[in-house]
Amino acid sequence: MQPYRRHRGRAVPLDRSDVDTDQIIPAEHLRRIERTGFGPFLFAAWRKDPSFVLNDPGFEGATILLTGPNFGCGSSREHAVWALEDAGFRTVIAPSFADIFRNNCTKVGLLPVELPAETVRALMAAVEAEPGTELTVDLEAKTVTGAGILATFGIDGFTRWRLLEGLDDIGLSLRHEREIEAYERARPARLPTVG
Amino acid sequence: MDGRAPVWHDARTMPERPRTLAEKVWERHVVHRADGEPDLLYVDLHLVHEVTSPQAFDGLRLHGRRVRRPDLTVATMDHNVPTAPGPEDPISVRQMEALRRNCEAFGITLFPTGHIGQGIVHVIGPQMGLTQPGLVIVCGDSHTSTHGAFGALAFGIGTSEVEHVLATQTLPQQRPGTMAITVEGDLPPGVTAKDVILGIISRIGTGGGVGHLVEYRGSAIRSLSMEGRMTVCNMSIEAGARAGMVAPDDTTFAYLEGRPHAPTGKDWEAALDDWRSLPTDPGAAFDREVTIDASELRPYVSWGTNPGQTVTIDGVVPEPVDAAAERALAYMALEPGTPIRDIHPDTVFIGSCTNGRIEDLREAAAVLRGRKVHRGMRAMVVPGSMLVKRLAEEEGLDRVFREAGFEWRDAGCSMCLGMNPDQLSPGERSVSTSNRNFEGRQGAGGRTHLASPAVAAATAVAGHFATPEDL
Repeated sequence: MQPYRRHRGRAVPLDRSDVDTDQIIPAEHLRRIERTGFGPFLFAAWRKDPSFVLNDPGFEGATILLTGPNFGCGSSREHAVWALEDAGFRTVIAPSFADIFRNNCTKVGLLPVELPAETVRALMAAVEAEPGTELTVDLEAKTVTGAGILATFGIDGFTRWRLLEGLDDIGLSLRHEREIEAYERARPARLPTVG
Repeated sequence: MDGRAPVWHDARTMPERPRTLAEKVWERHVVHRADGEPDLLYVDLHLVHEVTSPQAFDGLRLHGRRVRRPDLTVATMDHNVPTAPGPEDPISVRQMEALRRNCEAFGITLFPTGHIGQGIVHVIGPQMGLTQPGLVIVCGDSHTSTHGAFGALAFGIGTSEVEHVLATQTLPQQRPGTMAITVEGDLPPGVTAKDVILGIISRIGTGGGVGHLVEYRGSAIRSLSMEGRMTVCNMSIEAGARAGMVAPDDTTFAYLEGRPHAPTGKDWEAALDDWRSLPTDPGAAFDREVTIDASELRPYVSWGTNPGQTVTIDGVVPEPVDAAAERALAYMALEPGTPIRDIHPDTVFIGSCTNGRIEDLREAAAVLRGRKVHRGMRAMVVPGSMLVKRLAEEEGLDRVFREAGFEWRDAGCSMCLGMNPDQLSPGERSVSTSNRNFEGRQGAGGRTHLASPAVAAATAVAGHFATPEDL
């Protein structure tokens, strides 16, 4: 996973609530067995509408997505995060996120930033008024700055450390392999096995 | 590391403080705990399917890792399998072949298409008796919450986490809050488990359970069969909940006894002792509590593009309250004030991990017996597993469906999600027993109305939304 420390980039406002993962990447595009190449299908159905904000040349090259509450609800497909990442996004800023989507983001290195709804609205308004506006997301300082706004966000310390260092979760858990073995020895033999 | 030796906690010997079901199951799975870190939880059962696993297996190969516990891992093909004969889509075939290769290479039991054990991952776990009270169960699918009906802690994970579980049989997890949703009283006649969960989501909203492990409680929940409880827990994720659970009781034990992977003999007795200690202790505190009067519930039909946008079948399409509702109405091509019964779907889908079990098929067949699908409607039944299909055929349900004019398909996720040949065309409108009415969920431009198997069957006959009593 590529470390995330500080990112400066253009933001695009997607002013919708409850954006589900079927919109982020429709199921018909989940049949690839590779981890890459999902970017062209990001918001595939909505992109067919020429007035969709991601089709606006003013927001071309955006790397920060500003959006509404409960972003990423629905299915567990990590492909939604891969599609955002593949399309160049490094950060999603929203008033709230669905749990599995948020988890998936932090495994891949796409930073989910939760800010109060009024702050997100203010950021959206600023970016809409002046497309091309750049924001800076600083994970070390836990701040979002730009367009005359300074906002601080919360994130649990462990996840922040992992993202800052770009650490592989599996490697971290395997440091506890002895404990895993001890746990397995203590599990009752009557628990079901598949074989 | 805090030096604490990991132990498998017997709930009967846990400290005296009253605990919830979710806390008891969580505590017994903590492999490693340290301040400022998520708990490392042991996973008892990992379910794998073709869509969210290929990249995880590639990750294992890349790092030279093995699957730690193939004996606690089981795979099937469900999401993109065709449910009727016809030309196979080469991209889907490639994904299914990848799963076959991966299971072979890593020693994982696979129930592929053509095998009697094949079916939707959340249908086959319970039917084999692998889903048991007190387990931690994960799968790269958000409807893993289904297994919570047995008092298991079951939740959906992404592909990176699938790789993590394959490699370590554990998962680092921040502990969510606990939430009680109590449905008290008798369900009115004609109100099914599907209506219970649609009624819950319409009250608490699609984000109402975010960050929480929900326990469904109360006499109305206890009165449900295991199939009904699975339907309720299945849609926990549609309220945003991390998981949904029901305390194990005699209904649970009766369902499990004699299933292929259920314990037997002395093990069965030991398991029963343990399972009976799992329900929430009197006086245990939940972080949030919601109580619903069962007598207020009715058959529900969704009108919008998320599962919270739902009204009773006696209701009308509501006036939009916000931009999201306006957008939903435009997508669904509905006018506010239209009675739900005046809406005419053209497609009927009965199936999915929400309502594809034998009891769901019985519920629909009871309505369809001796009746015909309304002229011009396309109707299909897709059993949740090949075993459900066989059981239904032994009961003669397939004849009821066929004679009514339904297509009788092989098992799979089918029209619940538009990634196999079973799809809506743009503008088509369905009544569907599945779980999501998102834009394009059943095919680009398709319009989905969620409902129970009974309402779906009655609607198939009437040609417009209807309950069995309307016929």
